[in-house]
Amino acid sequence: MKLPPFQVLLDAHSADLYRFCVATAGSGEADDCFQETWIAALRAYPKLRRADNLRAWLFRIAQNKAIDLHRARGRRPVPVEAVPEISAAEAAGRDGESQLWVAVRQLPPKQRTAVFCRAVLGMPYDELAVLLESSQDAARRNVFEGLKKLREEWTA
Amino acid sequence: MTKDIEIALREAAEALPAAAGLDVGPLIAERAAAEGLLDVAYAIVDSPLGPLVVAATPRGLVRLAYTESRGEDEVVADLAAKLSPRILEAPERLDDARRELVEYFEGRRHGFDLPIDWSLAQGFTGEVLRQTARIGFGETSTYADVANRAGSPRAVRAAGNALGANPIPVVVPCHRVLRTGGALGGYTGGVERKEFLLRLEGVLA
Repeated sequence: MKLPPFQVLLDAHSADLYRFCVATAGSGEADDCFQETWIAALRAYPKLRRADNLRAWLFRIAQNKAIDLHRARGRRPVPVEAVPEISAAEAAGRDGESQLWVAVRQLPPKQRTAVFCRAVLGMPYDELAVLLESSQDAARRNVFEGLKKLREEWTA
Repeated sequence: MTKDIEIALREAAEALPAAAGLDVGPLIAERAAAEGLLDVAYAIVDSPLGPLVVAATPRGLVRLAYTESRGEDEVVADLAAKLSPRILEAPERLDDARRELVEYFEGRRHGFDLPIDWSLAQGFTGEVLRQTARIGFGETSTYADVANRAGSPRAVRAAGNALGANPIPVVVPCHRVLRTGGALGGYTGGVERKEFLLRLEGVLA
């Protein structure tokens, strides 16, 4: 089994992976999510047993990093003089970022990943199943449920 | 609202920033190096002999390849297979090599001070190449002589093969090894390159 040079992965997936990080971790955490994903991937790379599904493997790492960052942020102490909570819509407007990603980030992690990878990247279900470590049926359900919720929000 | 959510998602994704303000390659490569995760760093260095792939491990320079016969991608894939798949383009890691090569090609440098990683030159090949590395700028030797110095005076043909398999031409100066009698002999990068290098060193007029 021959693993391709890591540079090949970096060239092939950087752009999509960065967009995934912005969409699922938020623009404030995207740089960290992106860098931590690549470093974790590089650390684990030589131990990989299979060279197929490298994209799924990479996006699974990114999904987990986004979850970790989200948790870490949740645990961070909030200073007393912190500005009052702003609404998701306001935050989105302020960052010039589509409100749609704010809604995507409200989805459970697997649905979030499924929606992005399917709708934006057009990822095949067998690959998505590998990414989510689930059956293809479960992958389909995650896409379906996620899109359904977004559609409800979007048309509301 | 008629626009479907999937189309909306695709359009919104188009508007997402590409790794904005991040120089992705060098950024990841430098972090990887700092954490000891960069097993092989490479860069493309321009030279009068065409673009060169120059690669180093933390131990030293491990590969220098002409890119005419074998493309850059093939050289890098070969290094991934032989050394480690943790290989990244990291030009800053090869600043010293680039500088010394530029100086050499401009005629301002007669010897390289770069540490060498001999991983790709094992056994007799390694021995022949280590002996070759001692031949100075402007000097030449013969296949018979390097075979002799490598401890196998009768392995002249094997010495020729070893030189042909030199993973670090130019820096390990296999171009300075000629046939007994003065004929140029072969060269991995083509005999024109051998002539160029010998001319640069004042051996050929």
